[in-house]
Amino acid sequence: MAGSSEGGAGIDPMHQFEVHPIVELPALAGIDTSFTNSSLWMVLAVGLSGLFLLMASSRSALVPGRLQLMGEMAYGFVANMVKENVGTEGMKYFPFIFSLFMFILFCNMLGMLPYSFTVTSHLIVTFALAATVFLLITGVGFARHGIGFLKLFVPSGIPAILLPLLVVIEVISYLTRPVSLSVRLFGNMMAGHTMLKIFGGFVVGLGSAGLVPLAIAPFALMVAFTGLELLIAGLQAYVFTILTCIYLNEAIHMDH
Amino acid sequence: MEAEAAKYIGAGIACIALAGAGMAIGTIFGNFLAGALRNPSAAQSQFPNLLLGFALAEATGLFGLIIALILLFVV
Repeated sequence: MAGSSEGGAGIDPMHQFEVHPIVELPALAGIDTSFTNSSLWMVLAVGLSGLFLLMASSRSALVPGRLQLMGEMAYGFVANMVKENVGTEGMKYFPFIFSLFMFILFCNMLGMLPYSFTVTSHLIVTFALAATVFLLITGVGFARHGIGFLKLFVPSGIPAILLPLLVVIEVISYLTRPVSLSVRLFGNMMAGHTMLKIFGGFVVGLGSAGLVPLAIAPFALMVAFTGLELLIAGLQAYVFTILTCIYLNEAIHMDH
Repeated sequence: MEAEAAKYIGAGIACIALAGAGMAIGTIFGNFLAGALRNPSAAQSQFPNLLLGFALAEATGLFGLIIALILLFVV
């Protein structure tokens, strides 16, 4: 990484993405197993989402309180998504999809806290999630349809002369799914957080140069962008989940 | 030309991909609004499709941004 120091304000917008170990652990078979800030925020995301759902469901009342309502809304939201896109057969995979949604949502939202670390702004994290989804769905497809799952790559009602070309395109588009799924989440989170840091640098730079009235404009933009980033954080969790549902539906029902 | 300079120029050119994403997102939301104003009762049911189209269009632009970032920080 050539973290070139940005001139002027001297604020490096990429500094927030640096992974550094909190607890140094010995390398295991050449793999660094240190507990990093990335690990910490992942543990926090899992812990907080688990705590939230436990507290939401512990004192369940007929007339739900605020917390219970939020938990039920999150559950109902994902359950509806799975039912609408995959059908009732898809409910078998609901626990996986719900955990995926909650994990990504909490990682994105925790990343919006000042001085926090956005786990999903690292390609390897999102790629691991996307690869899990890809392998699971390919596995489900082959388990349900056997070798007939390969018919997914042969579109029906196409003239035979076009078929070889289209099969190649279908295979490539299937194989790029984990890449596009992970790059979408990673790109959105990283670009958004970089933008916030750059505008934050404008505010600090203008303020320290004694131009405080001028600093109001980027500050107002910062507030607006923070709102936009909160929207994107929720939206990207939703998009990742709904694309998982759509891919799963294809693997289960195999209709074009 | 120095390799360092070429790297920065390449990163700048790669960011042009985001213009396509901008046009695509504008098209999607514009067409959604046009349709929603004609038939507001059907708009709510198409909201998930709107977000899906938005996400798919945005991703293609982000691929260009990734290329720019790879050029800047990895190459």
